[in-house]
Amino acid sequence: MSLTVSLPSILARLADGHRALSAPGTTVGDAVADITRRFPPLAPRLIDEQGQPYPFVTFYLNDEDIRFTGGFASAVRDGDELTIVSAVAGG
Amino acid sequence: MTAALTSHTARAYPAPVLEREELLRYGRHLLLPEVAIDGQRRLKAARVLIVGAGGLGSPAALYLAAAGVGTLGLVDYDIVEVTNLQRQLLHGTRDVGRPKLDSARDRLHDTNPNVKLELHPTRLTAANALTIIRNYDLVLDGTDNFATRYLVNDACVLLGVPNVYGSIFRFDGQASVFATEHGPCYRCIYPEPPPPGLVPSCAEGGVLGVLPGLVGTIQATEAIKLILGIGTPLTGRLLLVNALDAQFRSVTVRRDPACPVCGTRELRELIDYDQFCASSGGPGAGLDAVPQIEPRELAIRRASGESIQLIDVREPHEWEIGRIDGAWLVPLHRLHSAIPQIDRNTPIAVYCKAGTRSALAVRDLKDAGFEEVWSVTGGILRWSREVDAGIPEY
Repeated sequence: MSLTVSLPSILARLADGHRALSAPGTTVGDAVADITRRFPPLAPRLIDEQGQPYPFVTFYLNDEDIRFTGGFASAVRDGDELTIVSAVAGG
Repeated sequence: MTAALTSHTARAYPAPVLEREELLRYGRHLLLPEVAIDGQRRLKAARVLIVGAGGLGSPAALYLAAAGVGTLGLVDYDIVEVTNLQRQLLHGTRDVGRPKLDSARDRLHDTNPNVKLELHPTRLTAANALTIIRNYDLVLDGTDNFATRYLVNDACVLLGVPNVYGSIFRFDGQASVFATEHGPCYRCIYPEPPPPGLVPSCAEGGVLGVLPGLVGTIQATEAIKLILGIGTPLTGRLLLVNALDAQFRSVTVRRDPACPVCGTRELRELIDYDQFCASSGGPGAGLDAVPQIEPRELAIRRASGESIQLIDVREPHEWEIGRIDGAWLVPLHRLHSAIPQIDRNTPIAVYCKAGTRSALAVRDLKDAGFEEVWSVTGGILRWSREVDAGIPEY
């Protein structure tokens, strides 16, 4: 399985400027683990000390917030899109 | 269009008469069957509160005034600064130094003198939010900090006032409609704020000047749709704007049954939002305890010959604007890989633009075993004002 991961500006700079990454895995957690291995500065911004998502970073698998679909254990299909959205407060 | 919104708009907007001048001014609206005279009367009867007369509030206020929203409330207590002018179109060069609400009043009155302006020159707080917001039909959130965003959200949910949300950073924007009768709220997306310092402000991280124009006009559009009861509002969706790649997409936002505000409703009154945002855990927590050094003290100690390593954790493009002599550029996200090159036996002063990134760096260096390390209070901006005026502010 391979999915596309989209990063917001605030996190893309921690992935050498990449806003879109391809990642393998059968779950969202697999894909997140893959991109944090390739770009270690992303790890503390995506995964908390308990291995869970932070309450201020939201992961959307295609159109759905993974908090309501099983969190990092949410199963992915080939070609799925994972959109990571970070809380920002600029106005 | 939900039944709740229909009843909301029907309840809130009786139909005042349009004067002859208004019929001419709003002629292009009157040609739209979705607006027409009845809709324009609804706009005239509407009361919209805009929190923040900055990047988002500027285009939103201008378009809502031009559209004929009858009463616009504005909450802001800032003074116009030169750095605002790149994106905050309510204010002009001659307004620098004036209260934002003064320049906003002048600009909006010129745009449409029919609009009644209600100015609230204050910081929105838990003490005044319910009193102010309950007098309006809907709120447009154009604030620039997490504490006020959670405050606006909670107050709107408690009062049942729709909250048209927008936020921006660099090239990315977000917009949604919260706090409708059956819809989700801000906390359903972000149950807790990031710890202080983790997410830079636009002042620290930058923002494309036209981005608030894009997002603020989306907010104004949503506000008008809610008032008129037309179209499909952004309720239950989060619109993501990527200006860099010219992409707009939306994702589904569900009401979280565990949300303490709109789900369980266990939060029945406003809280201390500064405390709420200061106590968040995560990779930026604990910055308050980071050792600091004042720019003047650092300058004196360096001038006296004391050996102090000076590390600049800004980005290379900021370094090009100006730097402190003798500094070593190590962008914050490269700090860990640079640690082996840092002398452990010489004190370290770390600076950034305003002191947030340097605090994160100092905390990380402390965690890595460095003992004598400080964050330069106020960053290079304070250094420029207090030590070396030759370094430009930005």
